[in-house]
Amino acid sequence: MPVKVRTSRNLWTSYTRVPLLGWFCGALIAVTLERFAGTPIALALGLPKIPVLFGLDIMLKKPILVPNAILYVLLVYGLPMGVTTRSSISLTNRLATRLFRFPIAITVAVHLALLYTTLHLWAGISDYRALVLKLTLIAVMLTLSLNVVNGYMGEFSCSHPGFMALGAYCASVFTVGLFVDDRLFGAVFLPPALGPFLFPVALILGGFLASFGALFVAIPSFRTRGDYLAIISLAFLFIVKSLIENLEFVRGPRGLSGQPDLADLPTVFFWTVLCVWSINNFVRSTIGKALNAVRDNEMAASAMTVDTRRTKVVAFLFAAFWAGVAGGLFAHVLRYVNPSTFGIQNLAEVLAMVYFGGLNSVYGSIVGAVSISLLGEALRPLEIFKWIIIPLLLILVMIFRPTGLVAFKDLDVTSLLRPKQNPGGEV
Amino acid sequence: MPILRVHGMSHDFGGLRAVQDYDLEIEKGQIRGLIGPNGAGKTTIFNLLTGIYTPTEGEILLDGKRINGLPAHRIASMGISRTFQNLLLWRHMTVLEHVKMAHYSRIRYGLFGAFFGTTKRHKEEAEIEEKACKLLEMMGIRHLSDQVVLNLPYGAQRRVEMARALATEPRILLLDEPTAGMNPEELGQIMEIIRRVHKELGLAILLIEHRLKVVMELCERIQTLNFGEVIAEGTPDEIQNDPKVIDAYLGKESVI
Repeated sequence: MPVKVRTSRNLWTSYTRVPLLGWFCGALIAVTLERFAGTPIALALGLPKIPVLFGLDIMLKKPILVPNAILYVLLVYGLPMGVTTRSSISLTNRLATRLFRFPIAITVAVHLALLYTTLHLWAGISDYRALVLKLTLIAVMLTLSLNVVNGYMGEFSCSHPGFMALGAYCASVFTVGLFVDDRLFGAVFLPPALGPFLFPVALILGGFLASFGALFVAIPSFRTRGDYLAIISLAFLFIVKSLIENLEFVRGPRGLSGQPDLADLPTVFFWTVLCVWSINNFVRSTIGKALNAVRDNEMAASAMTVDTRRTKVVAFLFAAFWAGVAGGLFAHVLRYVNPSTFGIQNLAEVLAMVYFGGLNSVYGSIVGAVSISLLGEALRPLEIFKWIIIPLLLILVMIFRPTGLVAFKDLDVTSLLRPKQNPGGEV
Repeated sequence: MPILRVHGMSHDFGGLRAVQDYDLEIEKGQIRGLIGPNGAGKTTIFNLLTGIYTPTEGEILLDGKRINGLPAHRIASMGISRTFQNLLLWRHMTVLEHVKMAHYSRIRYGLFGAFFGTTKRHKEEAEIEEKACKLLEMMGIRHLSDQVVLNLPYGAQRRVEMARALATEPRILLLDEPTAGMNPEELGQIMEIIRRVHKELGLAILLIEHRLKVVMELCERIQTLNFGEVIAEGTPDEIQNDPKVIDAYLGKESVI
């Protein structure tokens, strides 16, 4: 037995030397394999088609196919990734070392290109996958921006769906008004070919409108600490919702549809990366760390020259901006918005992602958003039971890791991308 | 001209007068002590001087400029820094982050730099870090710079607080019971640090202390406070022999 334990541990230690570059390459190989050989493998295993979300949907719909689905996942994802990452450790480390000689921006660009290619190939299998992926990326943006307030700043904000709604409607009105022949907004104003170029403007406008809305929450509630923000922000959410429901100009409760198809995968991916990058920059700077100081002890922070009120307002508006941008993307992914989307249910989901993933951590938000969105989709066949399993998981996390799965961890890009082994061979 | 001058400062908590007609003048490089029994109003005076409370009456002049009513962070960046009696550290932050945070008011890269990680920001952050490391070196806690403060022993936490207070580059340092809860060995070390800080940085220091030994050794002049009023002021020798001080600390002779 001891021998076996040691070999399994050795097997794992060798994987700790795989740099991120290696994992990305492995994933790319796995999705390429699925792209070209996925259907034959699935058919050979007796599955009707390629399992969409790692086989979970098939397992839940037809429990008899559980072993087949597991076998498929192992064969298509597990085995190729396991073998290629392990066997190319020295190669990928050498490549990573060489990349590290260039400015860090180039290293990051290479990694992002690999990641994007992987996601693109993965999502290319079906439209459903592409949709789930886009919504997951948007969830990452939302979760991360809420984490700035609820995690880094330690206040409890409930108005995120409201900011999202402001962003969604603002961006939709902009694009529908300009590029679509619409009954409410009149004829096409600009050639639709300009759409992709002006779409960023629409998103940024949406973000600014959300920030502007956030100002009305921030001014009264940041005079003191306590539960005020939770109450005021909840009120704000309801105000925004009923405001939109009563605005005939955006068709009230019937919702606004007909957004041009501008939010394709590269766009969503680009904005998500921008969001993660800028938020990570912010929270790692001394100006952003002031949020932690204000959260942990406001009196000490102000005695150490930190302008606590400005710090809180700026962070809140910044978070609202990204929620607005995420809302704009959301509206253009679904190409339909209605006010009831942005209610308590949406709030509960985002909050769950934040607290599940981990407070005060960029990793945590990514983990939380990805796992809860994918789980939510994969457990869809369970229908109502989905809403028992996910909260149960959340409760378990709260019991065993009260601050979330990966809380209080800095995302340091340089150390994340670093080669895990010196060219000489030793770690 | 004194750096800090307080004239006729009073403060009420509701109907309770916590500080009554308090006067103070501190010159550059002076160490002054503030003693008195519990509840005498010593910490309230610190809170008034640093802008956490606004005095009901009187005025506080820093370099001849009136500072009462200014927010705490403004006063701190103008050169009054302090430590707290019960160690108000930020529990999730590392030692280095604490000291860097105290440079907040001198950061020039602005929000743009914070969001987009400009080269200006990286340069400034590196400069701040270098300064912070020097201070940590001076406090003898350089090796702990990556530790989260919560994990540190009490004596080290005190030093972090002191380093943080010094990082705001003050001209006047207010120390609120810097030796509270320390054993004799740590006590000796912290007194040594106070002396060094005073000598090397030429700071004016105002010290609240319960241990008379510390005040008597460090301070040039001492004020004794009881029920919000200064009952005696003078050199350590004068204070030690003042009957009013003995009364306040030990009770009246006639009672015994």
